[in-house]
Amino acid sequence: MIDLDDIDRGLIKALAQDARQSASALGKHFGLSQPATWRRIKRLEDAGIIAERRLRLNAEKLGFGVTVFLGIKLATKGRVSLEDFERAVSAIPEVQTVEHVLGLYDYRLRVVARDLPDFERVLRRRIMTLPGAGEVEANVLLSEERLTGPL
Amino acid sequence: MLDDADRRLLRYWQAEPSLSPGELADRCGMTAGRAARRIARMEEADILRGVGAVINWAALGYAVEVSLRVTLDKTQGNAFDAFMAEARRVPEVIEMQTFLGRVDVRLSIIARDMAHYQQIYRARILTLPHIADIEALMHVARIKGEETLPL
Repeated sequence: MIDLDDIDRGLIKALAQDARQSASALGKHFGLSQPATWRRIKRLEDAGIIAERRLRLNAEKLGFGVTVFLGIKLATKGRVSLEDFERAVSAIPEVQTVEHVLGLYDYRLRVVARDLPDFERVLRRRIMTLPGAGEVEANVLLSEERLTGPL
Repeated sequence: MLDDADRRLLRYWQAEPSLSPGELADRCGMTAGRAARRIARMEEADILRGVGAVINWAALGYAVEVSLRVTLDKTQGNAFDAFMAEARRVPEVIEMQTFLGRVDVRLSIIARDMAHYQQIYRARILTLPHIADIEALMHVARIKGEETLPL
């Protein structure tokens, strides 16, 4: 693992907020030259710390009024292949995230839908019919906050 | 409202958020100027809220991720607000969602290892106000995580 100083941590925070900022604009903010800033960003990317980028889209304005978190328990563990389940569930376009977890459920999904009837359609036709899907618990998202984390 | 060209832009960009503005315009078969104007318009309309770097906490030494499903004591009028205000102050909480369903609030917590997790859980989580019940799901693997919308 690489050592980070306060400027590195500041750069991570700034890029998490807005990844489209140029190295020179960021450098000005942190009192660094453009090449020095670029080298630091490159180092953080190479270490895999900020390798990925993500668009922040307003789901509601794009017609997705409902987000549901699902907990799924596999019905007959040992007899279903986890790979088959994972491949099938990942292929559903409305399923945004799939996490394998330990605890009350085996998988945690984040699902978007246009509205509740649309969600019911996804749930009945696509999720309940997955190979090995057993008990399903649904919680409808009301609000969400992403925090900076321990930087 | 969005037209097909806007959706095409978002589709390509979502799939590869690291594309430069020029590359993105090329993929969509638009001039760079036309693509930039459409993007600016979507930002003004609050459809696009930005592009952020995704922080890879595992690469920063946070090997443990736990999803805590919290049920609150709703006989307390301010249970939600008081709980959320305090949870927001825990640095290791990186996500917070409220729900309609069996679960009231979900927290995503990261920790360096299990000993660190136990310490956060005892000192910072169990001391949060108005908790009626907590269930923990331990994150094992992220199978799908780009959080794209099916545009």
